[in-house]
Amino acid sequence: MTTVSQTAQTAPRKSDVALPVPNTSTGKRIVSVTKYALLLFLAFTWLFPLYWMVITALKNDSQVRTVPPVLFPNPLLWSNFAGGWARYDFNQAAFNSIFRFSLPVVVFTVISSLIVAYGFAKIKWRGRNFFFGLCIVTMMLPWQVTMVPLFIIFKNLGWLNSYLPLVVPSLFGHPYFIFLLRQFFLTIPEELSEAARIEGANEFGILWRIILPLSKPAIAVVVLFRFLWTWNDFLAPLIYLKDEAQYPLALMIYRLQQTASNMGNTALAYPHLMAVSTIVALPVIVIFILAQRTFIEGISVTGLKG
Amino acid sequence: MAVATASGNQRQVRGMSRQEKRNQLLGLLFIAPWLIGFIGLAVIPLGMSLYYSLTRYDLISAPRFIGLGNYVRLFTNDPDFWKVIGNTFYYVLLGVPIGASVAFLIANLLNTDIKGRAIFRSIIYIPTIVPAVCTAMVWLFLLNTQFGAINGLLKAFEWPTIPFLSSPGLSKPTLIMIYVWAQGSAVVIYLAALQDVPRSLYEAATVDGANAWHKFWNITIPLCTPVILFNSIIGFIGAFQEFTLPWLLTQGGPAKSTELYVMNLYRNAFVQLSMGKASAMAWILLVIIVVFTAILFSTSARWVYYGGEK
Repeated sequence: MTTVSQTAQTAPRKSDVALPVPNTSTGKRIVSVTKYALLLFLAFTWLFPLYWMVITALKNDSQVRTVPPVLFPNPLLWSNFAGGWARYDFNQAAFNSIFRFSLPVVVFTVISSLIVAYGFAKIKWRGRNFFFGLCIVTMMLPWQVTMVPLFIIFKNLGWLNSYLPLVVPSLFGHPYFIFLLRQFFLTIPEELSEAARIEGANEFGILWRIILPLSKPAIAVVVLFRFLWTWNDFLAPLIYLKDEAQYPLALMIYRLQQTASNMGNTALAYPHLMAVSTIVALPVIVIFILAQRTFIEGISVTGLKG
Repeated sequence: MAVATASGNQRQVRGMSRQEKRNQLLGLLFIAPWLIGFIGLAVIPLGMSLYYSLTRYDLISAPRFIGLGNYVRLFTNDPDFWKVIGNTFYYVLLGVPIGASVAFLIANLLNTDIKGRAIFRSIIYIPTIVPAVCTAMVWLFLLNTQFGAINGLLKAFEWPTIPFLSSPGLSKPTLIMIYVWAQGSAVVIYLAALQDVPRSLYEAATVDGANAWHKFWNITIPLCTPVILFNSIIGFIGAFQEFTLPWLLTQGGPAKSTELYVMNLYRNAFVQLSMGKASAMAWILLVIIVVFTAILFSTSARWVYYGGEK
C-alpha cells in the first residue's frame, strides 16, 4: 500500500510525460488561473444579490432609478435604516419574532426533543424501535396534508391570530432533532449512565447531569437550525396571524413590500424595504459567521437544509 | 428450536423483572411528548384530512359528504389543476437535477487544491440561511424590468431588457435560476462526501494512467451516488412543496405560469376557503411524493454504489 501511494506521489502523470516540461507548468498555471477565475465568478454571482440588498438600502430614489445602476452610491443614506424601521411597528415585530416566536420554540424544541431522544436511545424497553421508526416516518409526511385539519383544530380552540399554533407544537419534540440527538446519545458510552445508576441517580438526573453536558455540540446544532427555521418562517405566520400587531418580522417585510409596490419608486419605498430586509438578514448572517463550524457539521452530518 | 424460542419469548413477556417493568414505563414516559404530538398533530389530522377530502367544507357550514367528488372534479373539470401540475413538474423535473448538478460541480471545484476553501464554501452557503422574504425582495429588485441591476445594465448599453418574472415564457426558468442559487446546503453536503473519498483511489488511478475526467466519472461519481440519492430525494420532496419564494416573487403570475402546486393548494384553502378541495389536493400531493420517492429508491439499486455490498 505504502509503495503504491509513494509511487503515485512521485510518478508524473502520463499526460505530463508526453509534454515537454515548460509547457506543463504553463498548462498547470492555466488550469489554476481558470479555477480561481471560476471561483471568483461564482463568489461574485452568489454574493451580488446580498450586496445589492445592502447597497440599495443606502440609496435615494433617484439613485435607485439611475441607468446604468449605481454600484457605489454617494452619499450613503444611513438614515434609511431608521426610516424603514419606522414605516411600520418593526419594534413590535422584532419583539414578536424574538420573544413570542423564536425563543419559546427553540427552548421547547430542545427540551422536548432531548427527553424523547433519551427515551429512544438510553432506556431499554420493548417497542422502542417500532416507535422510533414511526417517528422517522413522520419526517417524510408532507406538512400540507395536516395543514388544513390543524388550521381547523386551532381555529376551534380559538387560537387563531395568536402564537399558540406556532409555539405549542414544539412542546412535542421535532422528528429531525429527535433523530439527531438520539444518534448522538448512542455514541455516549453506556458505562457512564450505569455508574450513575449504581450511585442512585434516576433517569432524569442522568439525562441532566451526564448526557446533557456531553451533548453540547449536538444541542448547538438543534438550537441553531431551530432558530434559523423559526426566524425565517413565513408560511405558518401567514396562515395563523391576521393582525399587524401580531406579525413577526418576515410578515412585516411582506407587508412593507406590498405598500412599496403600490407606491412605486417614491418616498424611499424601495431603499426602506431593502434596509429592513438587511436588518432582518443580519442576525442570521452574524450567527452563521460566529458558529460556522456547528453549521457546517450540522449540515454535513445530517443533511439538514438551511 | 422454534419451540424453545417461543417459550423464551413468553418467559420474557410474563417474567419481566421489576427493573424491566420500570424501564418499560420510563421509556414510554420519556417518549410521551412525541407520542402525544404524533397522535394529536399527525394521526388525528391525517384522519380528518382524509375525511374533509371527501366533503365540501367552507369553514362556515358543516362539512357535506360528497364522496370522491373533489377528486373527480380536480381531475376532470378544474380550470387550474392540470396547469398547476404541469408547472410543478416543469419546476421539479428541471430544477432539482440542474440544482443538484450545479451543486455537485461547485463542490468538486471546491474540493480541488485551492486556497480559501472555507471562505468560498461560506459564500455559496450564506444565501440559503438568509430569510426567504429578504432574498425574494432582493431578487424582485435585481430582476425588475425598469431599474433592476441586470436590466439597468442592459438599458445602459441600449440592449433590450429581459422580462424575467413578467413574461410567462421566462418566469419558470427564472424561478429555477433562483432555486439553483439557493443550493448552498447541497454544496456543503457534497463537499463533505467528496472529502470522504479515499485519496488512495485517485492515486492508484493516476498510476494506471487515468486522466481527470476518468477519475471524476469512475471514482468520484460512483462513490458519491449514495449522497446524490439522499440529496435528490430531499430535493424532489422539497421542490414539490415549494411555496414561499415563488409566492413572494410572482404570486403565481404572470398568467398563472408560476402557480405551483402548494401555492394553488394554499389559495384553495385560505383564500377560497375550499377546505375539502384543498384536502383532496394535499392527498394527491402525498401520493405523488410517495410514488416519486419509491421510483427513485427502486431504481437506485442500479445506479447507487454501496461500497461493494449487494
